[in-house]
Amino acid sequence: MKTLKSNGRKTARQGPSVGQQGLNLTWPEDASTAGRPRDERSLRSVGRSAQRVDGWEKVAGAAQFVDDIEFGPGLLYAALVESPHAHALIKRIDTKAAESVSGVVKVLTGKDFPFTFGLYMKDRFVFAQDRVRFVGEQVAAVVAWDAKTALRAARLVKVEYEELPAILDPMAALAKDSGLVHPDLKNYPHVPWFFPKPDTNIAHWRKTRKGDAAKGFKEADVILEDTYIVPRYAHCAIEVHGAVGLYDNSGRLTVWTASQSPFTQRNVFAETLAPLGLTHKDVRVVTPYIGGGFGGKAGVSMEILGAAIATKVQGHPVKLLWSRAQEFVNTYQRQGVVAQVKLGCRKDGTITALEHKLYWDAGAYVEYGANVVNAGGLSASGPYRVDNLHIDSVCVYTNLPPGGPYRGFGYSEFMFGLESHVTRMAHKLKMDPVEFRRKNAIKEGDILPYGARMNPTGIQEAIDKVASEVEWGKAVASKDPRKAVGKSVVLFWKSPAMPPNASSSAFLKFNEDASLNILVSGMELGQGLLTAMAQVASEILSVPVSRIRVETPDTDRNPYEWQTVGSHVTWGCGNAVLKAAVDAREQIFDLVERSLHLDRSSLYLEDSAVKSPNKPGWSLPLKSFVIAGIQVEDHTFKGGPIMGRGVFMPEFSSAISDPETGQGGHPNVHYTTGAAGVVVEVDKETGKVRILKAALAVDVGKAINPGLVEHQVVGGLLQGFATALYEDMRFDAKGRILNPNFSDYKIPTALDIPDKTVPIIVETAQPDGPFGARGVGEHTMIPAAPLIANAVEDAVGCRIKSMPVTAEKIALALKKGA
Amino acid sequence: MRKASISLKVNGTSRRVEVAANDTLLEVLRDKLGVKSAKVGCDRGDCGTCTVLLDGRSVRSCLVLAMEADGCEVSTLEGLSKGGGTALQKAFVKHNSFQCGFCAPGVILSATELLRKNPKPSRHEIQEAIAGNLCRCTGYTPIIEAIEDAAGRKA
Repeated sequence: MKTLKSNGRKTARQGPSVGQQGLNLTWPEDASTAGRPRDERSLRSVGRSAQRVDGWEKVAGAAQFVDDIEFGPGLLYAALVESPHAHALIKRIDTKAAESVSGVVKVLTGKDFPFTFGLYMKDRFVFAQDRVRFVGEQVAAVVAWDAKTALRAARLVKVEYEELPAILDPMAALAKDSGLVHPDLKNYPHVPWFFPKPDTNIAHWRKTRKGDAAKGFKEADVILEDTYIVPRYAHCAIEVHGAVGLYDNSGRLTVWTASQSPFTQRNVFAETLAPLGLTHKDVRVVTPYIGGGFGGKAGVSMEILGAAIATKVQGHPVKLLWSRAQEFVNTYQRQGVVAQVKLGCRKDGTITALEHKLYWDAGAYVEYGANVVNAGGLSASGPYRVDNLHIDSVCVYTNLPPGGPYRGFGYSEFMFGLESHVTRMAHKLKMDPVEFRRKNAIKEGDILPYGARMNPTGIQEAIDKVASEVEWGKAVASKDPRKAVGKSVVLFWKSPAMPPNASSSAFLKFNEDASLNILVSGMELGQGLLTAMAQVASEILSVPVSRIRVETPDTDRNPYEWQTVGSHVTWGCGNAVLKAAVDAREQIFDLVERSLHLDRSSLYLEDSAVKSPNKPGWSLPLKSFVIAGIQVEDHTFKGGPIMGRGVFMPEFSSAISDPETGQGGHPNVHYTTGAAGVVVEVDKETGKVRILKAALAVDVGKAINPGLVEHQVVGGLLQGFATALYEDMRFDAKGRILNPNFSDYKIPTALDIPDKTVPIIVETAQPDGPFGARGVGEHTMIPAAPLIANAVEDAVGCRIKSMPVTAEKIALALKKGA
Repeated sequence: MRKASISLKVNGTSRRVEVAANDTLLEVLRDKLGVKSAKVGCDRGDCGTCTVLLDGRSVRSCLVLAMEADGCEVSTLEGLSKGGGTALQKAFVKHNSFQCGFCAPGVILSATELLRKNPKPSRHEIQEAIAGNLCRCTGYTPIIEAIEDAAGRKA
């Protein structure tokens, strides 16, 4: 697959021209408004809180999700046989009893698919081969005519295991005498920016070295060192994962999946199943609406099973739908991390050095999770100017379920420790924590941890606005003597973690009435991508958003998109749509020029018509010619259907750098930055935390749809607060999850929201973003955990260094302190 | 497995359907009657995405055996949506209240029941009424605002 190969080129290091990054794109001032009268130059669609294009479909119950699609009476159902052991050898599988059940069509095991797969490292197996590595791993599948029979028969498959010691803790996995989760690590193909250590449990070790950390600590007046613990978390999208595969009698494989990554899935399916004779042309992935993703539906997890099983029941669609318990175990989990932070500062608050060691509990397979580790290792300075920086980000195999991407992609995880630590350092220096942050916050042009330069950032404006919103510096007492009020402000940043050649593309086609269809493969996860893309095209072509249809992807028809992850599609896919719209508009102007002999440089689009200041009152409606063409003097027609095409790839990006220092590449395209603040009330007896107010300011470059950006803030913060206050995956000593359901793994209800949440939009344009936009989806969750930990300390004086900051931990700490 | 024929009035239309003793109302609606707005989210009554109105009362259809619903009236989002939708649905569209939309059918039915019983609910009453419908995207605020709007309270 594409991401497993290096593009092999080293990009020239960036000069002082920051942010432009050699791109000839595309603040569209000149492109979109050329020829338009001056007073018309303000934006008409971008920057407005347009109604969602998928709003009515969802509110009417018409929106279709994978499990809603009808496949007729030929549909088969698959159920899995799963490992009860965290680590064991498979000695024997007896499928006879299951096969004899009436209604069972087939029983499949690892023998049927001796293939590995993976996004960045091929270490995962379609079905376990000779060894299982986590409780819940797929060992066999039963296919039957109905779901209940498949489940019943799956229980009859007998598997004999020889148990091995389970490695459940990343620090134990690093010990010299630890057993190995993957004895074959040295044989796994991986991307060139991973550095596995064969014969250990280290799947990848990202080292970032900048300046001289030892020298920096010598220059420090104060050094603070501590360890922070972050457990595993579950995405808990309300829709579970599902896949329906159909290997038809002509040999084509179509897979309908609940996925953020249709093209990546097609690629992985085609590559993994290539031994069966499949090529990319033969594989089609269709992704209808999905019921939430949050990273959990990125890449390929259970969907490979839907694809593989289908090839063994040719001619019949076969459905595999996760139960809620399986959803907790066998997709991706947010990785746990042990974070050792050492920070040195001068008395005046200047950071002189930071050492940040991150040991990730990446689970049994790290084909995606190792890139989370990589992203953390490139950016664990946080949004600060750190001249002397030493980061070790170590991806450790354990016998727990596979780790992977979750909203924040490593940053939600490491920012808990770092931003807790920064506030503690400020206190140690007797400095105001907000002042400390203002002083050290990264600025445009600063050197990033890997040597490139920082893009434009409105982080100072974000700090000011948030500090003002939470009335920073003004002490508040609770009316209730049993309660105390505390505040905190923290910073955040994040870059998309993409392969350097991740690309986006778009087609755009006019209909007879000058309505539009846009074809992209950026996925609508709920964030509003389809609406934002309609607004971008609307801005260029003057067609109202309500007359633009954007659908979810089908790899046979929609053009390529790498994945909808990393908060990059508003930027990447938005650039592709912008180019497609400009392409269509140029075709329109060309046609009008050659058929009506009007100077194209004088033409502009307004209200779905071509106009010109040279011909007042003249207007040529788009609907009169975008399909039919323009009739000229001799009664012939010129033109034909107008169709735009746009492609975007960040050609300045490179992932190749010195493995010992991380210097030399340009792995990150840009960072979105911001600040957040809370006011909390803590019950001194019970430890219960109530959020009185939350505010979050994020520099989105340009809000294509401000209302939808605000919704990202409100939703993302609540998701983050839940990880900070009560969510927590629990495992027993055998590696079995204890709380794989919503009764025992509580996610917030409508009664658990902050009393008030204030979203604040900052707009410092991203030079290579569509209309200046950069991404925002993940960032709103990242600051939540340190916000809570710092505000709790501010309120009641106890410092909780392990997530979640539960009422129980606070109450016990207070008891101990008293 | 014992089977029986039951009759249901689904969104105003009488339907007769053969069900097994252990079929849930959710399974019958989705797999035998083609009513897809009620979703499978957890199959144990935790998430509320399978909420439907049974004789006007909201139930989790994954916890109701189909046989128990024999002779009952079942309302789902498909029924509300005909003819342009209700004022409540219009408020949800106006406020861009949903993101992924998977919880929407359940939330809308819970809120429909609330406004029938209590046309002017307080903010807290709204939160209580939809507390059994989990939403992972929105942070609930845009949903609450739409319900307040539909109830004629200033959002």
